[in-house]
Amino acid sequence: MLPSKPLRAPMTEFLQQIINGLIVGSIYSLVALGYTMVYGILQLINFAHGDIVMVGAMAALFASKLLMTLFPWMPGPLVLALSVVAAVVVCVPLSLLIERIAYRPLRNAPRLAPLITAIGISLTLQTVVMVFFGRNYHEFPSLVPQQPIEFHGLVISVTQIIILVLSFVCMVCLALLIEKTQVGRMMRATSENPKVASLLGIDTNKVVILAFGIGAALAGLTGVMLAANYSLVHFYMGFIPGLKAFTAAVLGGIGNVYGAMFGGLILGLVESLGAGYIGPLTNDFLGSHYQDIFAFVVLIAVLTLRPTGLMGERVADRA
Amino acid sequence: MTTASTASNASAVLPVSSTPLLQVQGVNKRFGGLQALSDVGLTIRKGQIYGLIGPNGAGKTTFFNVITGLYPPDSGTFELDGKPYSPRSVYQVTETGIARTFQNIRLFGSMTALENVMVGRHIRSRSTLVQTVLSTKGFRASEALIRLKARQLLEYVGVEHLADKIARTLSYGDQRRLEIARALATEPKLLALDEPAAGMNPSEKATLRQLLERIRADGISILLIEHDVKLVMGLCNEITALDRGKEIVRGSPELVRKNPDFIQAYLGKAHLEHAA
Amino acid sequence: MKAIKPVHLALILVLLILPPIVGTAGGAWVRILDFALLYILLALGLNIVVGFAGLLDLGFIAFYAVGAYLYALLSSPHLSEQFAWIAAMSPEGMHVPIWISIPIAGLLAGVFGILLGAPTLKLRGDYLAIVTLGFGEIVRIFLNNLNAPVNITNGPQGISQIDPISVLGVSLAGERGVVDFWGFSVSSVVAYYYLFLILTAVAILVCFRLVDSRIGRAWVAIREDEIAAKAMGINTRNMKLLAFSAGAVFGGISGSLFASFQGFVSPESFTLFESIVVLAMVVLGGLGNIWGVVIGAAMLAAIPEALRLIVIPVQEAILGPGNAVIDAEVARQLLYGLAMVVIMLWRPSGLISSVANRPKGKAAVQTTNEEPVVPELVTLNAKI
Repeated sequence: MLPSKPLRAPMTEFLQQIINGLIVGSIYSLVALGYTMVYGILQLINFAHGDIVMVGAMAALFASKLLMTLFPWMPGPLVLALSVVAAVVVCVPLSLLIERIAYRPLRNAPRLAPLITAIGISLTLQTVVMVFFGRNYHEFPSLVPQQPIEFHGLVISVTQIIILVLSFVCMVCLALLIEKTQVGRMMRATSENPKVASLLGIDTNKVVILAFGIGAALAGLTGVMLAANYSLVHFYMGFIPGLKAFTAAVLGGIGNVYGAMFGGLILGLVESLGAGYIGPLTNDFLGSHYQDIFAFVVLIAVLTLRPTGLMGERVADRA
Repeated sequence: MTTASTASNASAVLPVSSTPLLQVQGVNKRFGGLQALSDVGLTIRKGQIYGLIGPNGAGKTTFFNVITGLYPPDSGTFELDGKPYSPRSVYQVTETGIARTFQNIRLFGSMTALENVMVGRHIRSRSTLVQTVLSTKGFRASEALIRLKARQLLEYVGVEHLADKIARTLSYGDQRRLEIARALATEPKLLALDEPAAGMNPSEKATLRQLLERIRADGISILLIEHDVKLVMGLCNEITALDRGKEIVRGSPELVRKNPDFIQAYLGKAHLEHAA
Repeated sequence: MKAIKPVHLALILVLLILPPIVGTAGGAWVRILDFALLYILLALGLNIVVGFAGLLDLGFIAFYAVGAYLYALLSSPHLSEQFAWIAAMSPEGMHVPIWISIPIAGLLAGVFGILLGAPTLKLRGDYLAIVTLGFGEIVRIFLNNLNAPVNITNGPQGISQIDPISVLGVSLAGERGVVDFWGFSVSSVVAYYYLFLILTAVAILVCFRLVDSRIGRAWVAIREDEIAAKAMGINTRNMKLLAFSAGAVFGGISGSLFASFQGFVSPESFTLFESIVVLAMVVLGGLGNIWGVVIGAAMLAAIPEALRLIVIPVQEAILGPGNAVIDAEVARQLLYGLAMVVIMLWRPSGLISSVANRPKGKAAVQTTNEEPVVPELVTLNAKI
């Protein structure tokens, strides 16, 4: 009889879940940054942000297929890198266009209005992509070595290592941008008090464009990460990650950039550990297919019990 | 509500009762690093028009918001009509008997003037969901009564001709009067007005003054925040002056006017002297 | 009651004879009318929550689901198949009469309305939306997975063999799709049409009574300015819960009607997309505007179906046979998405009228000499 795969030691299993949690958490963090920057300045939940992630994945799919057809000699990693560029190049102008025609006219409208519009944009994006790419799942090509790396019983793939490294680099760069540059100061000032900031000569529109642009670039990158990690691309793939990333942003404190980074990682860990252990914990009454609920439960719990989030501003009605 | 008494200068004639209506003491409120109110208190007697004055930022509206339940205080005792009340919940304070208006007028813009006042009748009427859906006789009677009382209140403040106009389209002065009618609809014992005369021209102020004296004559005490010192001095029986969260002086207009701290606080604060 | 004009009578007549007329094109078209009426009921329910009280509920379809599934459980063999003790009581499956099961469905949905609304009471509009969306999804996920260890909902396969509605002993499913009563013979879909039409009329009446009442005014006050509403003594917490549960009851009752009409329910019918569809209908009609919502729902339910007929042929005529890019489902989704964006940018108060349900007395030109201090969905600067 062939031996079945050996059970890992509980500690190793735990560490593996931690690693998985950090990987998926980094992805949530990057997307959460997009939500939180826009919310910090405009108090708008960009409902369509998750779908920008999806568009990024689609653009990367298209680009990679194109490159592989036109230049079959090109090494996988280069194709991947260029696909990332393609994703960003598509997502940023798209996001700015959406801001310009759908959100900016409603800047002074009651809050329901831009939210409804955002929902409409989200639906439209999904539908347009559905038209061009169909309803089916598409396979994202394997562009980096697929053989997972083993280390003391822990498993991680090359793609996942790239995800962790890139996320870390992006977050550090963003932190530096916000803390050390003039541009970053402008963003912080506008986020804290848009009226005063504009009185001081800061062009709010420019800051908004910056927030949307950076968010969209990160979203495009994330789309490629998701595509590469799960090897699947689909017109509806942005919805759940988008929602979870929004939860992460709220968890960390909406409007707070570091909160988004932190919140994403925490949510990733909660989800990974939860999915890993919920079966045994509930005597198999709830299986791991309930894992999507974790994000919602966390969201509801945070907004009910600690609306400030772990680091940021209150979202409930104040007097 | 009784119809208007004809004596508009009745405030000098009608006696002010000695029974306290509102007794507030020791109110402290801090916002982060700012101590907005330090040990502020006042006592309003039944039949009084009580004025609360002070420069911008003195804490007048904060005090209002505390006693009406919008901001929870850090400390303080609160009594209305001899019974202690807890200013933790805005709607409960209104039920207890204090109704307020807002500094920048918070009407329900898309409703008509009449409907705005009808909303004010909410707590003095009762009908359940089932009664509403079935349109029972009791429900219809209740609605008719609400409508009637609302119309009477519109008449009382002088805007009955605007009953079916959308509230947001009314002129500023009319909106202010409407807001007062709406507050009166809750049948308060104390009417708390936050700068009711702001932005009014002299003739509007005179009308307002008449209205307030009429309200007082009809048995409702009034607490008034105002910047127009002249109006306050002429209208109020007793005044508290605040500055930077603390009480400077409390007493009759004559007393306050002569108080050196009061004069000092107001000297040079040009925006206080609204030409009447 | 306003005076009934000849126009109204003509309209009522049209509504009454619509099915036979439409039916000549085929029973499928009458089915479309039936579903349109169900959507109208849903939109009226959501209108209470979003339109009257201003609470943006993105998980409304959960109440539809609760009502549908409860009715399904009470009127099908599923529970008897799963639980021996139920089979012992009702070996033929559950067949609870509709005058019990439908109200219970509504009531349960109402309870869910309170449960799902309670955590959202202190939240600002956008957060309320996301949380309610989360609840909607949670309900759907549970419906999809509560088939193990105990099979309550039968998972993705759903529950079938649901009893049709019986009125006065006559089943609306009829024999081979034809219902006979008192000598009249109509097809089943037509019979359901009249039932739904009556219920919709009742629903509209209820909505009008609600809006012109102490409760309705309190809701609108909360929507306009919650703090001012509190200052008027309104217990906003309770009123919001009341709005949630009233809307949910509408949803639950519609759900039970849907379950009996379709004969089968599955989680697929209760997705976020459906919540958004109903929201689009309310937005199109104008938040709070009862007739607007009715028309908006009818339009958004019927137009995609009409499009279904022409979408492919038109494209094939232009692009050549087999080259149609957009199919009917896609066209439907596109319609909803664009409708929401366009309406918000161009006519945020809905296609129909300006301010919700003004009996008469149009809003005068702005005469305030100060900027309006009360936010209003109508006045927007849509400068692009």
